Amino acid sequence: MCRPLARRRARIGRKGRPMVERNAEARAADNAAQIDALVNEKYRYGFVTDIESDFAPKGLSEDIVRFISAKKNEPQWLLDWRLKAYRLWLSLGPEEPAWAKISYPKIDYQDAYYYAAPKSTGPKSLDEVDPELLKTYEKLGIPLAERAALAGIAVDAVFDSVSVATTFKDKLASMGVIFCSISEAVREHPELVRKYLGSVVPYADNFFATLNSAVFTDGSFVYIPKGVRCPMELSTYFRINAAKTGQFERTLIIADEGSHVSYLEGCTAPMRDENQLHAAVVELVALDDAEIKYSTVQNWYPGDAEGKGGIYNFVTKRGACRGRNSKISWTQVETGSAITWKYPSCILQGDHSVGEFYSIAITNNRQQADTGTKMIHIGKNTSSRIISKGISAGRSSATYRGLVRVLPGAEGARNHTQCDSLLIGPNCAAHTVPYIESRNPSAHIEHEATTSKISDDQLFYCRSRGIGTEDAVALIVNGFCREVLQVLPMEFAVEAQKLVGVSLEGSVG
Amino acid sequence: MAATTKKHARRIAFPYGETAAHAPVLANWLVGLRTEARALIADGLPSPRVEAWKYTNLQPLAERRFAVVGDVSPDHVRHAMAKAELGRSAHRLVFVNGRLEAAFSDLAALPKGATVRGLGDVLTADPAALAGLIGRSEAVRGHALAAYNTAFFSDGVLITLDAGIALDRPVHLVFIGAAGASPVAFHPRLIVDAGAGSQLALIESHIGEAGAYWANPVTEIAVGHDAMVRHAKLQDETMDAHHLALVDVSVGRGGRYESTVLTLGAALSRHEIVVRLEGEHAEARLDGGYLIGGKQHCDNTTRIEHLMPHGSCREVYKGVLDNESRGTFQGTIIVHKGAVKTDAHQLCRALMLSKGAEADAKPELEIYADDVKCSHGASAGALDPLQMFYLRARGLDEAAARALLVEGFIGETIEGIADEAVRGYFAARIAAWLALHAAGPA
Repeated sequence: MCRPLARRRARIGRKGRPMVERNAEARAADNAAQIDALVNEKYRYGFVTDIESDFAPKGLSEDIVRFISAKKNEPQWLLDWRLKAYRLWLSLGPEEPAWAKISYPKIDYQDAYYYAAPKSTGPKSLDEVDPELLKTYEKLGIPLAERAALAGIAVDAVFDSVSVATTFKDKLASMGVIFCSISEAVREHPELVRKYLGSVVPYADNFFATLNSAVFTDGSFVYIPKGVRCPMELSTYFRINAAKTGQFERTLIIADEGSHVSYLEGCTAPMRDENQLHAAVVELVALDDAEIKYSTVQNWYPGDAEGKGGIYNFVTKRGACRGRNSKISWTQVETGSAITWKYPSCILQGDHSVGEFYSIAITNNRQQADTGTKMIHIGKNTSSRIISKGISAGRSSATYRGLVRVLPGAEGARNHTQCDSLLIGPNCAAHTVPYIESRNPSAHIEHEATTSKISDDQLFYCRSRGIGTEDAVALIVNGFCREVLQVLPMEFAVEAQKLVGVSLEGSVG
Repeated sequence: MAATTKKHARRIAFPYGETAAHAPVLANWLVGLRTEARALIADGLPSPRVEAWKYTNLQPLAERRFAVVGDVSPDHVRHAMAKAELGRSAHRLVFVNGRLEAAFSDLAALPKGATVRGLGDVLTADPAALAGLIGRSEAVRGHALAAYNTAFFSDGVLITLDAGIALDRPVHLVFIGAAGASPVAFHPRLIVDAGAGSQLALIESHIGEAGAYWANPVTEIAVGHDAMVRHAKLQDETMDAHHLALVDVSVGRGGRYESTVLTLGAALSRHEIVVRLEGEHAEARLDGGYLIGGKQHCDNTTRIEHLMPHGSCREVYKGVLDNESRGTFQGTIIVHKGAVKTDAHQLCRALMLSKGAEADAKPELEIYADDVKCSHGASAGALDPLQMFYLRARGLDEAAARALLVEGFIGETIEGIADEAVRGYFAARIAAWLALHAAGPA
């Protein structure tokens, strides 16, 4: 079903056959058939790899927190931190934040495993990696070794909770770049972890971040030393696998003065009948003149046409532009998950710092996405740019929720926000909820938002030139998303365009 | 722990609701409505933890203790009336501290088929006339502040127009706030029933004469099929006043509701409009302007619900903020399922003249239908230095240049007032404010 974009372009480029006038009913029937075909399309990555997991007992308790910490040979300060978070989480009661436009059955936090690790831990090279794992990646189209060699990407692949393979470590190490799992970083670079962990997203930040702080199992750690431009794009592939294992990654990226790093995050998950909770925390720190570019393609299992199954994705992502002239750029393509609750944010502390947020959120069937960003302007002459493209089809709901806040000291702050929503079909919903708060008169804030369906004129134009409805929609929507697609790194751009195409096939209303 | 509880509390204690002295005796059939409202206010006022009140903290109101409304001397009223001179003939009702003053009112020349009556009279003589017109919508019945009005209103106005009646003069409602040493509170209830094809221009002047008071008007307007209601409101309360208004409007097929709200006064004010476009081809235009300084707080909240196809709405809200004032706009446009071919546009802009001012905006779109065109825009910032430079280069001094630019900015919000005299009445208020504020250095 998923055809490469290039092939579609070729089809579009073909000379159109003479158009035969067809009445609207026939067209509608045609469209309905296409919609059905797509709605019934099975999730391409829906398979389960059978690997014995080293489970901790089900449920969440102080003992489990201690178990996780002990499993990872963590120092006392980290265990104390986890326990503080756990106790706070308990005091919050089992009440998740209720302000987002999402609805889901109550999550039973005692009915999940909080630690699952593939049996063979700590491989030294690819040869030691469980062949089952490698096969999984291959099915996903990520031949690890090959990809690493050909594309020059260092992959820190997270399979459930423990990092199983890390490549290009030597090359990165020669430049002083640290790229490893967070567990390893706790052991090898405790001073860095202790200094920065929780400094952007404190353990008391919100319900899910607090939960994550208590039980996080793995994730990536990146440190780019002063003046170093990371020679390759760093990449992590997440994959949820073991049944009923929530994933609680913790990612920490520190770009020291004058450094630059581009980080890619992409995910797919096998088909499941029960909803799986995912509550990751990502913290970015950019010091003077440093730049971090963080790109995500999120394609977790969204549930079936009736909304059964699918991942619950409650993520806290935040970057702090601590230094002068620092820059943090978030780019995300969100097509998966039953529920997406995610607001990658920038705290613009340093003077002249820059925050960017580029987002495409596509929902279909009964998916619900409530996503956006926060730009907090603190330093002078800080600027931020938000471009959000929401596309909803089927019975789904997509919400943009964003905050732009200018504090009194942010002289000359600038913000431009654009959020556009595209509706496909009569049963979907699109919402825009921006919050704009300015406390400095010299700040300039602009926000614009539009909501509409795919233009009949544009469709007609394409169809009258012999382009099939499906291709025309893909073409128009690719154009709709262009501003975001073009800021994705090359490695991701292809996958993202494919995803956009797949998600939109047959979405003609 | 106690401090945490207070910070996160969704209600602010407010003993006003416990004072029986504020509630007059009512016709039996209204008792149910009052009971419902009293249950709602039992917990007090909403705190900023309640999303709808995120940007407006009612704590200052909660700290006030209110006396029973007393008499005001006619001289006082006459003095205030001079500030509400419309500059054209109108059907006029004057309320002082929420009570109708027949001596200052003028309802001669009302055509047949149109009634304008004081609500106090209606409540005693003919309460059945209110059946089906009062407390109609959930937006009013569930509203935390309107509940105080429902629980305590004793006066106001009932305006009805039979089918096809077009009033050639506007109805001018003048509300004078004149408190003595102790704060007073009043809860006028305005009910408008515009029949099919009728036309009404309704003007409200809220004039602050003296003292601290809480004006809490609730307006319920039913716009019939193909009817048109033009509603213009000037809010110029005293700088110690609290003005919290709710306007609830339903618009029938082909009907149109227009609103212009100009806010200048009150320490703390909120003007909230809820419009339901209940018939096909129903239209709404909502404009609002505010000019505030000192430590004033001005909140404009709107909610437009498109329930049927082919509806349209236009909204323009603009504010000018001086000193340490705070302006807030919350605008929600909801397009319900099936309300296709909806065309909705909203714009809110804030112009900040001074350091220390704060502008907040929350323009919201909630869309459940695909074939719609909806957009909103929001901006906040200072005067454009290039525009200033342009005017200065042409010989205008800084004060004149500022005043001209601010006037140009805010002027758009009153352009929708069709009647020239009435528009002049509003424009004069803007000019007076500018003379005080925009001329001086920031």
